[in-house]
Amino acid sequence: MPLLFAALALIALVGAAGVLLSRNPVYSALSLLLNFVAFAVMYVMLSAQFLGVVQIIVYAGAIVVLFLFVVMLIGGNLPALGRGRRAYVRAAGVILAALFLLALLFGLARPLPNGLAAVGAPDGGSVQALGLALYVDHIVPFELASILLLTAMLGGIVLARRYQAPPKD
Amino acid sequence: MVPTHYYLILAAIIFSMGALGVLVRRNALIIFMCVEMMLNAVNLTLVALANQWGNLSGQVFVFIVMAVAAAEVAIGLAIVMAIVRHKDTINVEEINLLKW
Repeated sequence: MPLLFAALALIALVGAAGVLLSRNPVYSALSLLLNFVAFAVMYVMLSAQFLGVVQIIVYAGAIVVLFLFVVMLIGGNLPALGRGRRAYVRAAGVILAALFLLALLFGLARPLPNGLAAVGAPDGGSVQALGLALYVDHIVPFELASILLLTAMLGGIVLARRYQAPPKD
Repeated sequence: MVPTHYYLILAAIIFSMGALGVLVRRNALIIFMCVEMMLNAVNLTLVALANQWGNLSGQVFVFIVMAVAAAEVAIGLAIVMAIVRHKDTINVEEINLLKW
């Protein structure tokens, strides 16, 4: 299990580095896919099987494909971005991100209180358990999420529609 | 059994890499991908802690975060398409209409 975790962590890190470093947005999207799939396997390791499947379907299936669609739609006819950002902007970004990481790791330095991980819920992430949690205990956020998705759908349609001037007369 | 800490540290590293990407990249699409990466890192944290405490609320959180991420990508990519149609660029340094 630790070996599998190490391999997955390596894959996730390589994917993240690929997103950061590649010149071509298509390669970035594919690296992102690598990262998402590694995370999906980790969810399964963490007894969240259903979330692993949803991760594959939503992130790998929908989001990365959407990214690739847009890259293909607009990629061909754009001028290259030219030379990179000024050096000090880049250095400031690296320093800020490193400081942020240090702060996060500092927060993680304390040991976690003893959890129930050793006990482990028998069917932690099964569809049944998660469905009960979602539809019984957390029904209001669930319904709000549906409204959010509806709003997003309407917004996407409105934004992506080509603007037509109303006929004036 | 992998300690929960390892997952949290991995998530912290990936989140910081996403933040780095948002700070240094200029391609709006890649900035979006980095934001998605950060959301994913938070999801990993939530799932790891849900496992640690044997409580499903963390996984429900991840569900909601996934819905928000999907909505965000749909809207964000529509905005990117609209910007490209208007300005023929996805360089965030040239998208400065609201910059004083």
